[in-house]
Amino acid sequence: MQPTRQIQAWLLLLPALCLLVAFTHYPVIKTIVRSFFGFGTRWESQATLENYRYLLEDEVLMQVLYNSFLYAAITVPVSIVLAIAMALWVNSKMAGKGILRTAYFTPTVLPMISVANIWLFFYSPEIGLLNKLLGLVGHGGINWLGDPEVALYSLMAMTIWKEAGFFMIFYLAALQTIDSNLYHAAAIENANKWTVFRRITFPLLMPTTLFVLVNALLNAFKLVDHLFILTKGGPNNASNLLLYYIFENAFSFFDTAYAAALTVLMLVILVVLALLQFGVIEKRVHYR
Amino acid sequence: MNRLLHYLSVTLAWLLGLVWLFPLIYAIWAATHPPEFATRFSLFAPLTMQNFYEAWDQAPFLRYMLNTIAITTMILAGQLVLCTLAAYALARMEFTGRGIIFALVLMQLMVVPEILIVENYQTLAGLNLIDTYWGVALPYFASAFGIFLLRQTFKTVPEDLENAARIEGCSVLAIIWKVYVPLAKPTYLAFSLVSISYHWNNFLWPLVVTNTEKSRPLTVGMSIFGAPESGVDWSIISAGTLISVGPLLVLFILFQRQFVQSFMQAGIK
Repeated sequence: MQPTRQIQAWLLLLPALCLLVAFTHYPVIKTIVRSFFGFGTRWESQATLENYRYLLEDEVLMQVLYNSFLYAAITVPVSIVLAIAMALWVNSKMAGKGILRTAYFTPTVLPMISVANIWLFFYSPEIGLLNKLLGLVGHGGINWLGDPEVALYSLMAMTIWKEAGFFMIFYLAALQTIDSNLYHAAAIENANKWTVFRRITFPLLMPTTLFVLVNALLNAFKLVDHLFILTKGGPNNASNLLLYYIFENAFSFFDTAYAAALTVLMLVILVVLALLQFGVIEKRVHYR
Repeated sequence: MNRLLHYLSVTLAWLLGLVWLFPLIYAIWAATHPPEFATRFSLFAPLTMQNFYEAWDQAPFLRYMLNTIAITTMILAGQLVLCTLAAYALARMEFTGRGIIFALVLMQLMVVPEILIVENYQTLAGLNLIDTYWGVALPYFASAFGIFLLRQTFKTVPEDLENAARIEGCSVLAIIWKVYVPLAKPTYLAFSLVSISYHWNNFLWPLVVTNTEKSRPLTVGMSIFGAPESGVDWSIISAGTLISVGPLLVLFILFQRQFVQSFMQAGIK
Protein backbone atom coordinates (compact mmCIF):
# COMPACT_ATOMS: atom_id res chain seq x y z
CA MET A 1 0.00 0.00 0.00
CA GLN A 2 1.40 3.35 -1.06
CA PRO A 3 2.10 5.92 1.66
CA THR A 4 -0.35 8.39 0.09
CA ARG A 5 -3.19 5.88 0.64
CA GLN A 6 -2.12 5.58 4.27
CA ILE A 7 -2.24 9.32 4.73
CA GLN A 8 -5.59 9.53 2.94
CA ALA A 9 -7.04 6.86 5.21
CA TRP A 10 -5.95 8.71 8.33
CA LEU A 11 -7.28 12.00 7.00
CA LEU A 12 -10.68 10.40 6.37
CA LEU A 13 -10.71 8.96 9.87
CA LEU A 14 -9.38 12.03 11.62
CA PRO A 15 -12.58 14.02 12.28
CA ALA A 16 -14.55 11.06 13.59
CA LEU A 17 -11.61 9.75 15.55
CA CYS A 18 -10.92 13.08 17.26
CA LEU A 19 -14.49 13.39 18.49
CA LEU A 20 -14.65 9.74 19.45
CA VAL A 21 -11.53 10.07 21.55
CA ALA A 22 -12.65 13.41 23.01
CA PHE A 23 -16.05 12.16 24.16
CA THR A 24 -15.51 8.46 24.81
CA HIS A 25 -11.91 7.43 25.45
CA TYR A 26 -10.58 10.58 27.08
CA PRO A 27 -13.51 10.82 29.55
CA VAL A 28 -13.16 7.14 30.42
CA ILE A 29 -9.51 7.66 31.33
CA LYS A 30 -10.24 10.91 33.14
CA THR A 31 -13.02 9.23 35.12
CA ILE A 32 -10.61 6.57 36.30
CA VAL A 33 -7.97 9.16 37.21
CA ARG A 34 -10.50 11.33 39.01
CA SER A 35 -11.81 8.38 41.00
CA PHE A 36 -8.30 8.08 42.53
CA PHE A 37 -7.20 11.72 42.65
CA GLY A 38 -10.46 13.56 43.18
CA PHE A 39 -12.05 14.72 46.37
CA GLY A 40 -15.47 16.36 46.02
CA THR A 41 -15.00 18.69 43.09
CA ARG A 42 -11.30 19.27 43.84
CA TRP A 43 -8.14 17.43 42.86
CA GLU A 44 -5.67 15.95 45.32
CA SER A 45 -1.97 15.70 44.62
CA GLN A 46 -1.78 12.13 45.87
CA ALA A 47 -3.75 9.10 44.86
CA THR A 48 -6.24 7.92 47.43
CA LEU A 49 -8.65 5.04 47.75
CA GLU A 50 -11.01 7.23 49.73
CA ASN A 51 -13.69 7.29 47.02
CA TYR A 52 -13.62 3.51 46.69
CA ARG A 53 -13.65 3.04 50.44
CA TYR A 54 -16.79 5.15 50.55
CA LEU A 55 -18.19 3.08 47.69
CA LEU A 56 -17.97 -0.04 49.84
CA GLU A 57 -19.50 1.65 52.87
CA ASP A 58 -22.29 3.44 51.03
CA GLU A 59 -25.54 1.77 52.03
CA VAL A 60 -27.52 3.74 49.48
CA LEU A 61 -25.28 2.29 46.77
CA MET A 62 -26.03 -1.24 47.96
CA GLN A 63 -29.72 -0.43 47.65
CA VAL A 64 -29.15 1.13 44.22
CA LEU A 65 -27.19 -1.88 42.95
CA TYR A 66 -29.80 -4.28 44.28
CA ASN A 67 -32.50 -2.19 42.54
CA SER A 68 -30.53 -2.07 39.28
CA PHE A 69 -30.01 -5.82 39.14
CA LEU A 70 -33.59 -6.58 40.13
CA TYR A 71 -34.76 -4.07 37.53
CA ALA A 72 -32.69 -5.84 34.85
CA ALA A 73 -33.59 -9.33 36.08
CA ILE A 74 -37.32 -8.65 35.71
CA THR A 75 -37.68 -6.20 32.82
CA VAL A 76 -35.35 -8.09 30.48
CA PRO A 77 -36.98 -11.56 30.49
CA VAL A 78 -40.53 -10.18 30.57
CA SER A 79 -39.80 -7.86 27.64
CA ILE A 80 -38.24 -10.73 25.70
CA VAL A 81 -41.16 -13.11 26.25
CA LEU A 82 -43.61 -10.39 25.23
CA ALA A 83 -41.46 -9.50 22.24
CA ILE A 84 -41.48 -13.11 21.01
CA ALA A 85 -45.27 -13.32 21.44
CA MET A 86 -45.73 -10.03 19.60
CA ALA A 87 -43.47 -11.11 16.76
CA LEU A 88 -45.33 -14.42 16.39
CA TRP A 89 -48.68 -12.62 16.26
CA VAL A 90 -47.54 -9.98 13.83
CA ASN A 91 -45.89 -12.63 11.64
CA SER A 92 -49.00 -14.85 11.57
CA LYS A 93 -51.87 -14.67 9.09
CA MET A 94 -54.04 -12.81 11.59
CA ALA A 95 -56.31 -10.08 10.21
CA GLY A 96 -55.21 -6.57 11.13
CA LYS A 97 -51.66 -7.55 11.95
CA GLY A 98 -50.38 -4.31 10.40
CA ILE A 99 -52.35 -2.32 12.98
CA LEU A 100 -51.03 -4.55 15.76
CA ARG A 101 -47.45 -4.08 14.59
CA THR A 102 -47.90 -0.31 14.74
CA ALA A 103 -49.52 -0.51 18.17
CA TYR A 104 -46.67 -2.58 19.60
CA PHE A 105 -43.99 -0.44 18.01
CA THR A 106 -45.40 3.00 18.87
CA PRO A 107 -43.89 3.27 22.39
CA THR A 108 -40.43 2.85 20.83
CA VAL A 109 -40.71 6.12 18.92
CA LEU A 110 -42.31 8.14 21.74
CA PRO A 111 -40.02 10.08 24.09
CA MET A 112 -39.83 8.37 27.47
CA ILE A 113 -40.00 11.73 29.22
CA SER A 114 -43.22 12.83 27.57
CA VAL A 115 -45.09 9.57 28.05
CA ALA A 116 -43.87 9.35 31.63
CA ASN A 117 -46.17 12.29 32.30
CA ILE A 118 -49.12 10.20 31.11
CA TRP A 119 -48.00 7.25 33.22
CA LEU A 120 -47.68 9.60 36.19
CA PHE A 121 -51.38 10.22 35.82
CA PHE A 122 -52.17 6.48 35.65
CA TYR A 123 -50.21 5.98 38.85
CA SER A 124 -51.36 9.01 40.83
CA PRO A 125 -52.95 8.06 44.16
CA GLU A 126 -56.32 9.84 44.30
CA ILE A 127 -57.60 10.37 40.80
CA GLY A 128 -55.20 8.04 38.99
CA LEU A 129 -56.64 5.65 36.46
CA LEU A 130 -55.25 2.45 37.99
CA ASN A 131 -56.67 3.22 41.41
CA LYS A 132 -60.01 4.15 39.86
CA LEU A 133 -60.08 0.73 38.22
CA LEU A 134 -59.18 -0.90 41.54
CA GLY A 135 -61.95 1.17 43.13
CA LEU A 136 -64.44 -0.43 40.75
CA VAL A 137 -63.72 -3.85 42.23
CA GLY A 138 -63.82 -2.45 45.76
CA HIS A 139 -60.08 -2.25 46.38
CA GLY A 140 -58.83 0.73 48.38
CA GLY A 141 -56.06 1.53 45.91
CA ILE A 142 -52.28 1.22 45.88
CA ASN A 143 -49.74 3.99 46.28
CA TRP A 144 -47.97 3.03 43.06
CA LEU A 145 -45.09 5.47 43.27
CA GLY A 146 -45.08 6.34 46.98
CA ASP A 147 -44.92 2.86 48.46
CA PRO A 148 -41.28 1.69 48.68
CA GLU A 149 -42.41 -1.90 48.07
CA VAL A 150 -44.21 -1.02 44.84
CA ALA A 151 -42.40 1.98 43.29
CA LEU A 152 -39.65 0.02 41.54
CA TYR A 153 -42.19 -2.37 40.01
CA SER A 154 -44.24 0.54 38.74
CA LEU A 155 -41.12 1.79 36.94
CA MET A 156 -40.51 -1.69 35.54
CA ALA A 157 -44.00 -1.83 34.05
CA MET A 158 -43.32 1.32 32.08
CA THR A 159 -39.90 0.08 30.96
CA ILE A 160 -41.40 -3.17 29.67
CA TRP A 161 -44.08 -1.20 27.83
CA LYS A 162 -41.38 0.93 26.23
CA GLU A 163 -38.98 -1.90 25.30
CA ALA A 164 -40.99 -4.95 24.23
CA GLY A 165 -42.08 -3.52 20.88
CA PHE A 166 -38.50 -2.54 20.08
CA PHE A 167 -37.25 -6.09 20.68
CA MET A 168 -40.19 -7.45 18.67
CA ILE A 169 -38.57 -5.94 15.58
CA PHE A 170 -35.48 -8.16 15.90
CA TYR A 171 -37.60 -11.28 16.34
CA LEU A 172 -39.74 -10.29 13.40
CA ALA A 173 -36.63 -10.04 11.25
CA ALA A 174 -35.45 -13.44 12.48
CA LEU A 175 -38.83 -15.13 11.94
CA GLN A 176 -38.88 -14.01 8.33
CA THR A 177 -35.61 -15.83 7.65
CA ILE A 178 -36.83 -19.22 8.91
CA ASP A 179 -37.18 -21.70 6.05
CA SER A 180 -40.89 -22.40 5.53
CA ASN A 181 -40.06 -25.97 4.46
CA LEU A 182 -39.44 -26.76 8.10
CA TYR A 183 -43.04 -25.82 8.86
CA HIS A 184 -44.33 -27.84 5.91
CA ALA A 185 -42.43 -30.86 7.20
CA ALA A 186 -43.88 -30.35 10.66
CA ALA A 187 -47.38 -30.13 9.18
CA ILE A 188 -46.88 -33.45 7.41
CA GLU A 189 -45.83 -34.97 10.72
CA ASN A 190 -49.02 -33.52 12.24
CA ALA A 191 -47.07 -31.70 14.93
CA ASN A 192 -49.15 -29.39 17.10
CA LYS A 193 -48.43 -25.68 17.41
CA TRP A 194 -46.65 -25.89 20.73
CA THR A 195 -44.32 -28.62 19.46
CA VAL A 196 -43.59 -26.59 16.33
CA PHE A 197 -42.72 -23.60 18.45
CA ARG A 198 -40.62 -25.57 20.92
CA ARG A 199 -38.77 -27.68 18.35
CA ILE A 200 -38.42 -25.35 15.36
CA THR A 201 -39.18 -21.70 15.98
CA PHE A 202 -37.66 -21.22 19.41
CA PRO A 203 -34.31 -22.94 18.71
CA LEU A 204 -33.94 -20.99 15.48
CA LEU A 205 -34.64 -17.75 17.34
CA MET A 206 -31.93 -18.53 19.87
CA PRO A 207 -29.19 -16.37 18.27
CA THR A 208 -31.64 -13.43 18.21
CA THR A 209 -32.55 -14.06 21.82
CA LEU A 210 -28.91 -13.93 22.87
CA PHE A 211 -28.37 -10.75 20.90
CA VAL A 212 -31.50 -9.10 22.30
CA LEU A 213 -30.65 -10.31 25.80
CA VAL A 214 -27.33 -8.53 25.94
CA ASN A 215 -28.72 -5.35 24.38
CA ALA A 216 -31.63 -5.41 26.78
CA LEU A 217 -29.25 -5.78 29.72
CA LEU A 218 -27.22 -2.81 28.49
CA ASN A 219 -30.42 -0.80 28.10
CA ALA A 220 -31.59 -1.75 31.57
CA PHE A 221 -28.57 0.06 32.97
CA LYS A 222 -28.93 3.07 30.69
CA LEU A 223 -32.68 3.70 30.77
CA VAL A 224 -33.43 6.08 33.63
CA ASP A 225 -35.33 8.93 31.96
CA HIS A 226 -38.67 8.02 33.53
CA LEU A 227 -37.20 8.25 37.05
CA PHE A 228 -36.94 12.01 36.62
CA ILE A 229 -40.72 12.26 36.21
CA LEU A 230 -42.13 9.33 38.14
CA THR A 231 -40.17 8.84 41.37
CA LYS A 232 -36.86 10.72 41.35
CA GLY A 233 -35.41 7.52 42.78
CA GLY A 234 -37.65 7.64 45.81
CA PRO A 235 -39.25 7.02 48.19
CA ASN A 236 -36.05 6.84 50.21
CA ASN A 237 -34.07 5.42 47.25
CA ALA A 238 -36.44 2.46 46.88
CA SER A 239 -36.52 2.97 43.11
CA ASN A 240 -33.10 4.54 42.58
CA LEU A 241 -30.96 3.09 39.76
CA LEU A 242 -27.21 3.31 39.17
CA LEU A 243 -27.11 5.88 36.36
CA TYR A 244 -29.59 8.11 38.19
CA TYR A 245 -27.50 7.82 41.34
CA ILE A 246 -24.43 8.91 39.37
CA PHE A 247 -26.38 11.90 38.09
CA GLU A 248 -27.51 12.79 41.62
CA ASN A 249 -24.00 12.63 43.02
CA ALA A 250 -22.52 14.71 40.24
CA PHE A 251 -25.19 17.34 39.72
CA SER A 252 -27.24 17.47 42.94
CA PHE A 253 -24.67 16.67 45.62
CA PHE A 254 -21.72 18.06 43.61
CA ASP A 255 -19.51 15.15 44.64
CA THR A 256 -17.80 14.77 41.28
CA ALA A 257 -15.11 12.45 42.56
CA TYR A 258 -17.54 9.98 44.07
CA ALA A 259 -19.61 10.14 40.89
CA ALA A 260 -16.40 9.20 39.05
CA ALA A 261 -15.90 6.15 41.26
CA LEU A 262 -19.52 5.16 40.62
CA THR A 263 -18.99 5.64 36.88
CA VAL A 264 -15.99 3.29 37.04
CA LEU A 265 -18.27 0.71 38.64
CA MET A 266 -20.79 1.24 35.84
CA LEU A 267 -18.02 0.88 33.24
CA VAL A 268 -16.93 -2.41 34.79
CA ILE A 269 -20.49 -3.72 34.54
CA LEU A 270 -20.74 -2.57 30.93
CA VAL A 271 -17.38 -4.10 30.00
CA VAL A 272 -18.46 -7.45 31.42
CA LEU A 273 -21.67 -7.22 29.39
CA ALA A 274 -19.67 -6.16 26.34
CA LEU A 275 -17.33 -9.15 26.60
CA LEU A 276 -20.41 -11.32 26.86
CA GLN A 277 -21.80 -9.68 23.74
CA PHE A 278 -18.63 -10.14 21.73
CA GLY A 279 -18.56 -13.79 22.70
CA VAL A 280 -22.16 -14.07 21.57
CA ILE A 281 -21.90 -12.10 18.34
CA GLU A 282 -18.71 -13.84 17.33
CA LYS A 283 -20.62 -17.11 17.30
CA ARG A 284 -23.54 -15.58 15.49
CA VAL A 285 -22.15 -13.61 12.57
CA HIS A 286 -18.79 -13.44 10.91
CA TYR A 287 -17.46 -9.95 10.52
CA ARG A 288 -15.67 -9.78 7.25
CA MET B 1 -60.00 -27.04 21.43
CA ASN B 2 -57.59 -25.75 18.81
CA ARG B 3 -60.16 -23.21 17.66
CA LEU B 4 -60.66 -22.04 21.21
CA LEU B 5 -56.91 -21.60 21.67
CA HIS B 6 -56.77 -19.69 18.42
CA TYR B 7 -59.47 -17.23 19.51
CA LEU B 8 -57.82 -16.88 22.89
CA SER B 9 -54.54 -16.01 21.23
CA VAL B 10 -56.18 -13.48 18.91
CA THR B 11 -57.94 -11.85 21.85
CA LEU B 12 -54.71 -11.65 23.81
CA ALA B 13 -52.92 -10.10 20.85
CA TRP B 14 -55.48 -7.31 20.53
CA LEU B 15 -55.70 -6.79 24.27
CA LEU B 16 -51.95 -6.29 24.40
CA GLY B 17 -52.13 -3.95 21.42
CA LEU B 18 -54.78 -1.92 23.20
CA VAL B 19 -52.71 -1.72 26.39
CA TRP B 20 -49.68 -0.65 24.35
CA LEU B 21 -51.61 2.13 22.62
CA PHE B 22 -53.56 3.12 25.69
CA PRO B 23 -51.33 5.90 27.03
CA LEU B 24 -51.48 7.59 23.65
CA ILE B 25 -55.22 7.08 23.32
CA TYR B 26 -55.73 8.46 26.80
CA ALA B 27 -53.56 11.49 26.06
CA ILE B 28 -55.61 12.24 22.96
CA TRP B 29 -58.85 11.88 24.93
CA ALA B 30 -57.73 14.09 27.83
CA ALA B 31 -56.22 16.72 25.57
CA THR B 32 -59.28 17.15 23.39
CA HIS B 33 -61.88 17.34 26.17
CA PRO B 34 -62.52 19.80 29.02
CA PRO B 35 -60.57 19.11 32.27
CA GLU B 36 -63.60 17.65 34.07
CA PHE B 37 -63.50 14.73 31.61
CA ALA B 38 -59.82 13.95 32.23
CA THR B 39 -60.78 11.23 34.69
CA ARG B 40 -64.24 10.45 33.40
CA PHE B 41 -65.30 8.89 30.15
CA SER B 42 -68.44 10.05 28.41
CA LEU B 43 -69.46 9.60 24.82
CA PHE B 44 -71.05 13.04 24.79
CA ALA B 45 -68.16 14.99 26.24
CA PRO B 46 -67.71 18.16 24.20
CA LEU B 47 -64.58 18.46 22.07
CA THR B 48 -62.27 21.38 22.72
CA MET B 49 -58.93 22.77 21.61
CA GLN B 50 -58.63 24.89 24.76
CA ASN B 51 -56.06 22.58 26.43
CA PHE B 52 -53.72 22.97 23.49
CA TYR B 53 -53.96 26.76 23.63
CA GLU B 54 -53.28 26.79 27.36
CA ALA B 55 -50.37 24.35 27.14
CA TRP B 56 -48.94 26.41 24.33
CA ASP B 57 -49.15 29.54 26.50
CA GLN B 58 -47.61 27.92 29.57
CA ALA B 59 -44.37 26.78 27.99
CA PRO B 60 -42.27 28.09 25.10
CA PHE B 61 -43.04 25.04 22.96
CA LEU B 62 -42.16 26.74 19.72
CA ARG B 63 -38.71 27.56 21.04
CA TYR B 64 -38.24 24.03 22.45
CA MET B 65 -39.34 22.52 19.17
CA LEU B 66 -36.99 24.69 17.16
CA ASN B 67 -34.20 23.69 19.53
CA THR B 68 -35.01 20.00 19.15
CA ILE B 69 -35.19 20.28 15.37
CA ALA B 70 -31.93 22.23 15.22
CA ILE B 71 -30.10 19.80 17.50
CA THR B 72 -31.45 16.68 15.78
CA THR B 73 -30.56 18.08 12.37
CA MET B 74 -27.08 19.13 13.46
CA ILE B 75 -26.36 15.72 14.93
CA LEU B 76 -27.65 13.87 11.87
CA ALA B 77 -25.69 16.06 9.45
CA GLY B 78 -22.51 15.69 11.47
CA GLN B 79 -22.98 11.95 11.79
CA LEU B 80 -23.64 11.40 8.10
CA VAL B 81 -20.48 13.21 7.03
CA LEU B 82 -18.09 11.92 9.69
CA CYS B 83 -19.37 8.35 9.65
CA THR B 84 -19.27 8.11 5.86
CA LEU B 85 -15.62 9.18 5.71
CA ALA B 86 -14.56 6.94 8.58
CA ALA B 87 -16.61 3.98 7.34
CA TYR B 88 -15.01 4.16 3.88
CA ALA B 89 -11.52 4.23 5.37
CA LEU B 90 -12.30 1.26 7.58
CA ALA B 91 -14.06 -0.70 4.83
CA ARG B 92 -11.84 -0.16 1.82
CA MET B 93 -8.44 1.25 2.75
CA GLU B 94 -5.60 -0.70 4.20
CA PHE B 95 -3.49 1.09 6.71
CA THR B 96 -1.42 0.24 9.74
CA GLY B 97 -3.48 -0.10 12.89
CA ARG B 98 -6.84 -0.59 11.21
CA GLY B 99 -7.85 -3.37 13.57
CA ILE B 100 -7.07 -1.31 16.64
CA ILE B 101 -8.92 1.72 15.31
CA PHE B 102 -11.97 -0.38 14.53
CA ALA B 103 -11.90 -1.83 18.04
CA LEU B 104 -11.67 1.69 19.49
CA VAL B 105 -14.71 2.67 17.45
CA LEU B 106 -16.71 -0.35 18.56
CA MET B 107 -15.98 0.50 22.18
CA GLN B 108 -18.44 3.37 21.92
CA LEU B 109 -21.26 0.91 21.20
CA MET B 110 -21.05 -0.14 24.85
CA VAL B 111 -19.84 3.04 26.52
CA VAL B 112 -22.36 5.53 25.18
CA PRO B 113 -21.82 9.24 25.94
CA GLU B 114 -24.71 9.27 28.46
CA ILE B 115 -22.68 7.27 30.94
CA LEU B 116 -19.83 9.74 30.84
CA ILE B 117 -21.97 12.78 31.68
CA VAL B 118 -19.65 13.88 34.49
CA GLU B 119 -16.46 14.23 32.44
CA ASN B 120 -18.16 15.30 29.24
CA TYR B 121 -19.81 18.12 31.14
CA GLN B 122 -16.38 19.25 32.35
CA THR B 123 -14.98 19.08 28.81
CA LEU B 124 -17.80 21.17 27.36
CA ALA B 125 -17.62 23.64 30.23
CA GLY B 126 -13.92 24.01 29.37
CA LEU B 127 -14.86 24.71 25.76
CA ASN B 128 -17.50 27.24 26.87
CA LEU B 129 -20.21 25.24 25.12
CA ILE B 130 -22.63 24.72 28.02
CA ASP B 131 -26.17 25.72 27.07
CA THR B 132 -25.52 25.74 23.33
CA TYR B 133 -26.67 23.50 20.46
CA TRP B 134 -23.06 22.50 19.91
CA GLY B 135 -22.81 21.37 23.50
CA VAL B 136 -25.75 19.01 23.10
CA ALA B 137 -24.70 17.79 19.66
CA LEU B 138 -20.90 17.38 19.68
CA PRO B 139 -20.60 14.18 21.76
CA TYR B 140 -22.87 12.38 19.29
CA PHE B 141 -21.21 13.37 16.00
CA ALA B 142 -18.87 10.38 15.82
CA SER B 143 -21.41 7.58 16.07
CA ALA B 144 -19.84 4.14 16.34
CA PHE B 145 -23.17 2.67 15.33
CA GLY B 146 -23.23 4.76 12.15
CA ILE B 147 -19.63 3.93 11.28
CA PHE B 148 -20.24 0.23 11.83
CA LEU B 149 -23.47 0.18 9.83
CA LEU B 150 -21.99 2.04 6.86
CA ARG B 151 -18.78 0.01 6.93
CA GLN B 152 -20.81 -3.20 6.62
CA THR B 153 -22.74 -1.73 3.69
CA PHE B 154 -19.68 -0.32 1.91
CA LYS B 155 -18.06 -3.74 2.05
CA THR B 156 -20.82 -5.14 -0.15
CA VAL B 157 -20.12 -2.62 -2.94
CA PRO B 158 -18.28 -4.40 -5.80
CA GLU B 159 -14.68 -3.23 -5.97
CA ASP B 160 -14.83 -3.14 -9.79
CA LEU B 161 -17.05 -0.07 -9.56
CA GLU B 162 -14.46 1.71 -7.49
CA ASN B 163 -11.66 0.70 -9.85
CA ALA B 164 -13.63 1.93 -12.84
CA ALA B 165 -14.21 5.27 -11.14
CA ARG B 166 -10.50 5.52 -10.35
CA ILE B 167 -9.54 4.88 -13.97
CA GLU B 168 -11.90 7.71 -14.90
CA GLY B 169 -9.74 9.90 -12.67
CA CYS B 170 -12.00 10.27 -9.65
CA SER B 171 -10.45 11.31 -6.36
CA VAL B 172 -11.16 9.41 -3.16
CA LEU B 173 -13.84 11.87 -2.09
CA ALA B 174 -15.44 11.70 -5.53
CA ILE B 175 -15.43 7.90 -5.38
CA ILE B 176 -17.16 7.97 -1.99
CA TRP B 177 -19.70 10.53 -3.18
CA LYS B 178 -20.45 9.02 -6.62
CA VAL B 179 -20.07 5.29 -6.03
CA TYR B 180 -20.56 4.44 -2.37
CA VAL B 181 -23.11 6.96 -1.14
CA PRO B 182 -25.73 6.27 -3.86
CA LEU B 183 -25.44 2.52 -3.37
CA ALA B 184 -25.86 2.79 0.40
CA LYS B 185 -29.08 4.84 0.27
CA PRO B 186 -31.22 2.31 2.19
CA THR B 187 -28.62 2.21 4.96
CA TYR B 188 -28.57 5.99 5.13
CA LEU B 189 -32.35 6.07 5.42
CA ALA B 190 -32.30 3.40 8.13
CA PHE B 191 -29.58 5.12 10.10
CA SER B 192 -31.24 8.53 9.75
CA LEU B 193 -34.60 7.36 11.09
CA VAL B 194 -32.97 5.60 14.04
CA SER B 195 -30.80 8.64 14.77
CA ILE B 196 -33.68 11.11 14.51
CA SER B 197 -35.92 9.17 16.86
CA TYR B 198 -33.06 8.61 19.29
CA HIS B 199 -32.09 12.26 19.51
CA TRP B 200 -35.62 13.64 19.40
CA ASN B 201 -36.25 11.53 22.51
CA ASN B 202 -32.87 11.93 24.21
CA PHE B 203 -33.09 13.42 27.67
CA LEU B 204 -30.28 12.87 30.17
CA TRP B 205 -27.43 14.55 28.31
CA PRO B 206 -29.47 17.58 27.15
CA LEU B 207 -30.74 17.95 30.72
CA VAL B 208 -27.17 18.11 32.00
CA VAL B 209 -25.81 20.44 29.36
CA THR B 210 -28.63 22.97 28.89
CA ASN B 211 -29.71 25.63 31.38
CA THR B 212 -32.13 27.94 29.65
CA GLU B 213 -34.77 27.83 26.97
CA LYS B 214 -32.16 29.16 24.59
CA SER B 215 -30.97 25.61 23.91
CA ARG B 216 -33.33 23.36 25.88
CA PRO B 217 -34.95 20.65 23.72
CA LEU B 218 -38.55 19.44 24.02
CA THR B 219 -37.78 16.52 26.31
CA VAL B 220 -36.08 18.72 28.89
CA GLY B 221 -38.83 21.30 28.50
CA MET B 222 -41.45 18.62 29.09
CA SER B 223 -39.77 17.46 32.29
CA ILE B 224 -40.14 20.96 33.72
CA PHE B 225 -43.60 21.44 32.29
CA GLY B 226 -44.87 18.22 33.84
CA ALA B 227 -43.34 18.76 37.27
CA PRO B 228 -46.12 18.67 39.88
CA GLU B 229 -44.83 21.91 41.42
CA SER B 230 -45.88 23.80 38.33
CA GLY B 231 -49.47 22.81 39.13
CA VAL B 232 -50.63 22.03 35.61
CA ASP B 233 -53.69 19.85 35.25
CA TRP B 234 -53.78 16.53 33.40
CA SER B 235 -55.64 17.78 30.36
CA ILE B 236 -53.02 20.45 29.78
CA ILE B 237 -50.15 18.04 30.43
CA SER B 238 -51.69 15.66 27.89
CA ALA B 239 -51.98 18.45 25.37
CA GLY B 240 -48.36 19.42 26.02
CA THR B 241 -47.28 15.81 25.62
CA LEU B 242 -49.09 15.56 22.29
CA ILE B 243 -47.50 18.79 21.11
CA SER B 244 -44.06 17.44 22.01
CA VAL B 245 -44.48 14.03 20.36
CA GLY B 246 -46.63 15.32 17.48
CA PRO B 247 -44.01 15.92 14.78
CA LEU B 248 -42.23 12.63 15.43
CA LEU B 249 -45.54 10.76 15.57
CA VAL B 250 -46.64 12.22 12.24
CA LEU B 251 -43.27 11.26 10.76
CA PHE B 252 -43.69 7.76 12.18
CA ILE B 253 -47.20 7.31 10.79
CA LEU B 254 -46.18 8.59 7.35
CA PHE B 255 -43.03 6.45 7.15
CA GLN B 256 -44.27 3.57 9.26
CA ARG B 257 -42.97 0.82 7.04
CA GLN B 258 -39.57 2.46 6.63
CA PHE B 259 -39.35 3.04 10.38
CA VAL B 260 -39.95 -0.60 11.22
CA GLN B 261 -37.66 -1.82 8.47
CA SER B 262 -34.97 0.68 9.45
CA PHE B 263 -34.91 -0.46 13.04
CA MET B 264 -34.88 -4.05 11.79
CA GLN B 265 -32.01 -3.45 9.39
CA ALA B 266 -30.09 -1.44 11.93
CA GLY B 267 -30.52 -4.23 14.42
CA ILE B 268 -29.43 -7.22 12.37
CA LYS B 269 -26.41 -5.68 10.75
